[in-house]
Amino acid sequence: MNALDTVSRRSLLTGGIATGFLLAFHLPLRAAVNEPVQPKDTTDGKFAPNAFIRIDPEGVTTLVMPQVEMGQGIYTAVSMILAEELDADWSKVQLLHAPANEKLYGNPIFIIQATGGSTSVRAFWKPLRDAGASARAMLVQAAAAQWGVDPASCTTSKGVVTHKASGRTLAYGALAAAASGQTPPNNVPLKDPKDFVYIGQPFKRLDTPDKVNGKAVYGIDAIVPNMKFATLAQCPVFGGKVGKVDDRAAKKIPGVRQIVVLDDLVAVVGDHMWAAKKGLDALVIEWNEGPNAKINSKAIWDDLRAASAKDGVVAKSTGDVAKGLATGEKFEASFELPFLAHATMEPLNATVHCKPDSCEIWTGTQIMARVQSEAAKAAGLPVEKVTVNQHLLGGGFGRKLEPDMVVTAVRIAKQVEGPVKVVWTREEDIQHDVYRPVYRDTIAATLSGGKIVGWKYKITGAAIIARWLPPAFQKGIDIDAVDSAVNVPYEIPNVHVEYVRAEPPAIPTGFWRGVGPNNNVFAVECFIDELARKAGKDPVEFRRGMLANSPRFLSVLNLAAEKSNWGQPLPARVGRGVCLQPSFGSFIATVVEAEVDEQGEINLRRATSVVDTGIAVNPDTIVAQVEGGLVFGLTAALYGEITIEKGRVQQSNFNDYRMLRINQMPKIEVHVVRSGEAPGGIGETGTTAGPPALRNAIYAATGVALRRLPIDRKLLAAGKKA
Amino acid sequence: MHMATTLTVNGEQKTFDAPPDMPLLWVLRDILGMTGTKFGCGIAQCGACTVHVDGKAVRSCVLPVSAVSNRTVTTIEHVGSTPAGAKVQKAWLEAEVIQCGYCQSGQIMAAAALLATTPNPDDSDIDAAMAGNICRCGTYVRIREAIKQAANGRQS
Repeated sequence: MNALDTVSRRSLLTGGIATGFLLAFHLPLRAAVNEPVQPKDTTDGKFAPNAFIRIDPEGVTTLVMPQVEMGQGIYTAVSMILAEELDADWSKVQLLHAPANEKLYGNPIFIIQATGGSTSVRAFWKPLRDAGASARAMLVQAAAAQWGVDPASCTTSKGVVTHKASGRTLAYGALAAAASGQTPPNNVPLKDPKDFVYIGQPFKRLDTPDKVNGKAVYGIDAIVPNMKFATLAQCPVFGGKVGKVDDRAAKKIPGVRQIVVLDDLVAVVGDHMWAAKKGLDALVIEWNEGPNAKINSKAIWDDLRAASAKDGVVAKSTGDVAKGLATGEKFEASFELPFLAHATMEPLNATVHCKPDSCEIWTGTQIMARVQSEAAKAAGLPVEKVTVNQHLLGGGFGRKLEPDMVVTAVRIAKQVEGPVKVVWTREEDIQHDVYRPVYRDTIAATLSGGKIVGWKYKITGAAIIARWLPPAFQKGIDIDAVDSAVNVPYEIPNVHVEYVRAEPPAIPTGFWRGVGPNNNVFAVECFIDELARKAGKDPVEFRRGMLANSPRFLSVLNLAAEKSNWGQPLPARVGRGVCLQPSFGSFIATVVEAEVDEQGEINLRRATSVVDTGIAVNPDTIVAQVEGGLVFGLTAALYGEITIEKGRVQQSNFNDYRMLRINQMPKIEVHVVRSGEAPGGIGETGTTAGPPALRNAIYAATGVALRRLPIDRKLLAAGKKA
Repeated sequence: MHMATTLTVNGEQKTFDAPPDMPLLWVLRDILGMTGTKFGCGIAQCGACTVHVDGKAVRSCVLPVSAVSNRTVTTIEHVGSTPAGAKVQKAWLEAEVIQCGYCQSGQIMAAAALLATTPNPDDSDIDAAMAGNICRCGTYVRIREAIKQAANGRQS
């Protein structure tokens, strides 16, 4: 089986193909920069034609992973794409985490080295195929030169070059040294998808064998000789500072070695996490809470609602919306989504060894290079003096698109002699997250002759892009916040979309699995269901009527209706709800079937998703991502809400920030449509689909049109209708 | 006060100094260097830290090490040597249960303990044994399928 080398970044070679900063799919970023392929580092007879591929004389094929593995199966998908065009021997494939290196491993969509936004396969599809094909061509050239034949007369398969006419063969390992001397050809042709032998097959994941026996190494599992363990308390009020610390009791606890007091946090360093934790509990800390101690959820919602009454920046305008909204019967609704924590199963952590002239970090992050540069700033060192050792991530969900955990750990480690593993308690992890922002969306639409004539949609919420990727924040529009608002599946003649930037006070906000589309798709799909009812039409039929020119949407919707037994009778208080979404470059229809009891409690019965994501690189992973994404979204719909009182987060652990559990699971069916189109994104789609489909099922079951999440049981018990 | 404690972990006797109230989780991870058992919540709400003590699934994050001295502890690193554990690991890979994998040590330990006492669990047995284990990636559908597959005993 394939070994997963988790920490040996030093064995990485440098130089090679630029990932090719492709034109962004929808980010208005700088144009493509393509560096030529450069063969480099021919030491040890190793063939290292580009940033992604190494073949040693024994034929061991090491693939370097530009995107991080946080459960989404990307290590296997990336390997399959490279191996496909390389015609590699799959049994000889090994994996390496890429090092921090934006130039070589930058995500072509984001430019920066980031894994997120369901972009991995979309962004790297072409560069990885080019890298594999180019390397293969060099191996063929080397064999042809040795045999004195035309390279065009050679074929490749499973790590072997064959000259059919003479029956001669050479394995890639045997060609490694010679291939290194070859000049990479220009414009290497890529395979016709009908000739794919790996892509499209349900491959077993490469990362899972070590995850059944405890061998997989996550950031929190890093062991560095002589390391100490630390845990921390940050001021519970956002932006507050440390006042006085009485550490007399803490210092008496066996195993406590050091108390680190910084301006905004206190950390206890000990021989193990238990000593650190007990030491922390024994500290008496007075906080200077500062002005944010007055912040509470009610005021935040009041502010957001006031902001949403203002005019926004126009993100899209087609037809004549004033005329459209003056035609037929007009309806309006507002939809609100709460703050959410990520709650990755692996709590925040980083192990850091700060020395006067260098800093080494062991962690699992979605943003390697940014972590390196932010850590360098915190350590007061040049960036090249900071080494980041990447690990598997015990969940990402957008939380690890932020460098704060590493920066905080570096600030603590600067005060500590020797390496220190800093681990957040679950309570600190939840109370000092970078939260999915609150959103308020308002939609006004008119119906005439059973069709939507005018559509005015305003999104109000934080601009995460403005902070996280400033070059992409242009003309006051957060392209993520309006992503699935400017791009609805339906044909509507007069459309106007606007965006109001409204930043909540002091509460840090960031990306959360499903990102902007979570909000847009919820508002759009809930409102479409309400309009269908006003028009007296079945929700699927109503949608179909607006999809005449969208065959991919129509086909997933029809198949989802069929597979979910749409339209067939159900018991009382049971309903089906549908969601059709355009997000992440995929076409997905989902039907959720749910029961609402007299107390307003929800019983999830069934979820059916039909997915057209273009070419499905590893189909079983796509099924798994949609299954898991649905659970993530349904969990949020049923339970997810972070509330603020006196400037503090009120939730703290899984007892009050609840998760869906196995005994509450619906049956889930995911159907992947065969397609020859370019691959779309998949990791976040289920999360986006779950909440609106469930809400519409509840609407069908009870007639109650919920317009906020999480689901309000009291409203359902009372049976109030919109 | 630190005390010399002796435990049998995965068939080996381990002697170490630890405060008696120190949870087994941190002994395993931070003293013995066995990192397969995971920290998730610290309050027995998520099951990531599940190990076997005398064959029973327990939450090691709230179990003081003094309560398990002279008892037999089995962790994810060794559960494959038990018949139920081996079946579960195999089924987990066949059903491709795992995504991020962080909770799966605990899921596998809980499932192996279930199968050791209930060789043919029905859905309600699975719910009862597994409801204490959170999976944030949402692999529950496949966990159920894999437990049934392991129970059906397609032995290699």
